[in-house]
Amino acid sequence: MKTGWGKTGYLVLAVLLVLALAAGCGGTGKEHRAGEIRLATTTSTYDSGLLDAIIPVFEERHGYRVSVISVGTGAALEIGKRGDCDVLLVHSREQELELVRQGYFVDRHDVMYNDFVLVGPPADPAGIAGGRDVVAAFRQIAEAGAVFISRGDDSGTHRAELAIWRQTGIEPHGAWYRSVGQGMGDTLRIAGEMQGYTLADRGTWVAMKDRLDLKIVLEGDPVLFNQYGVMAVNPEKHPRINHQGAAALIDFMISGEGQELIARFERGGERLFVPNAHPVRQGKW
Amino acid sequence: MVQAFVLVVNRDPAMMQIIWLSLQVSGLAILLAALGGIPLGTWLGMRPAHRVRWPALIIYTFMGLPPVLVGLLVYLLISSQGPFGVLDLLFTPAAMVIAQTMLALPIVAGLTMTAVRGKDREIRDTAVSLGANGRQVALTVIREARVAIVGAVVAGLGRALAEVGAVMMVGGNIEGQTRVMTTAIVLETRRGNFEMAIGLGMVLLALAFLINALLYRLQGVTQD
Repeated sequence: MKTGWGKTGYLVLAVLLVLALAAGCGGTGKEHRAGEIRLATTTSTYDSGLLDAIIPVFEERHGYRVSVISVGTGAALEIGKRGDCDVLLVHSREQELELVRQGYFVDRHDVMYNDFVLVGPPADPAGIAGGRDVVAAFRQIAEAGAVFISRGDDSGTHRAELAIWRQTGIEPHGAWYRSVGQGMGDTLRIAGEMQGYTLADRGTWVAMKDRLDLKIVLEGDPVLFNQYGVMAVNPEKHPRINHQGAAALIDFMISGEGQELIARFERGGERLFVPNAHPVRQGKW
Repeated sequence: MVQAFVLVVNRDPAMMQIIWLSLQVSGLAILLAALGGIPLGTWLGMRPAHRVRWPALIIYTFMGLPPVLVGLLVYLLISSQGPFGVLDLLFTPAAMVIAQTMLALPIVAGLTMTAVRGKDREIRDTAVSLGANGRQVALTVIREARVAIVGAVVAGLGRALAEVGAVMMVGGNIEGQTRVMTTAIVLETRRGNFEMAIGLGMVLLALAFLINALLYRLQGVTQD
């Protein structure tokens, strides 16, 4: 046919066909699912590198392959409710317990905690540094009309922030309160650029602090305690999930070895997570 | 900048896998989008404009679909509770191909339609006067409009290679399985590894340059 597509045309077509074939050979994963565990988790556990310290050990010990899907807590819970993953590691305790009661998840355990820190511009326009009471600090920010950057993404951190605002009795809105709807790293970057305050999990803060023109203005208030829980998708609701794998991963995370790996994990010389799984009997819900 | 590039290239085989998967997913998506979009655009372009106003408007609108919306739609369709849940497509490269095809197809179809419409009238009259049937007329029109159609494919491929919202949503950015260049850039940015993110961005740009150079040559050849 005299189409004039020439050699280059056939070359392009050949390349595309090779790509197509290679993609086809890659398979869609159905055949791998038996040995695969899907873990939906929050960006804080993955982005901090914690899972890179735990998962390979588990994989070697038990012969499973763990696929990590790191999203916000809200999205992780939704993915789990729909049965699109096998096991979750998230931090929104009240909500987790409620969903267990509703029958979406089973086998929930406390695993570890880290804490939130209130960070803000070095100039500290709301005059918070030195305080120990985060509720009072939030009230000061609102009264000063100092810029506050909110995650605004329904994540565990966002929920924790909203819970603190509820305790202040202040409805946060106005030009000073900026809800950005992004992950922790992005929110911190924005807070740095806008010289605003924000609530951050310590893991992401430690990972990013060297690049940010921000400092911790308040930490150590028990209100800032951030509990992580692990739980399996209910196999009675979603029979096609890999429940055996999920149970194995949960057992590993709350085992002495898993807890030890969490305790040993450090970043920038700081320990980021404190393991606190109860013995299996007591912690079971 | 150069340092960032070296950082990526030197890193490890995982990086090559990410680049390769990007090429596979977007390459396959644009192949499917071209196979569907070129005939569709040609067919629409050869109808009288007032008869295909609605399909044309819909295609033009879909050219601006936000990737994350397509991602969410595909997610709901292939989620284990969705209508196609039994296929086990979620968080696989196949799901990413589906999503990117949906993003690229309206662009290929819309731009093809415009290209064909510009060429159609006189060519069709000539072809018909020479006794061509419908299929032959269509092939003649496609041949005459091929420069612009290659442009349509380039635009569609650009869309597929650059988007991140859809593949993040349906692929899950799983290391070693569904991580592509754009989702890796998001992850490295989120982790604060800006140098790595920039390096990956440069690799992505370099690849886009190479692919476009190839297609540009193809376009040049066809003009002779």
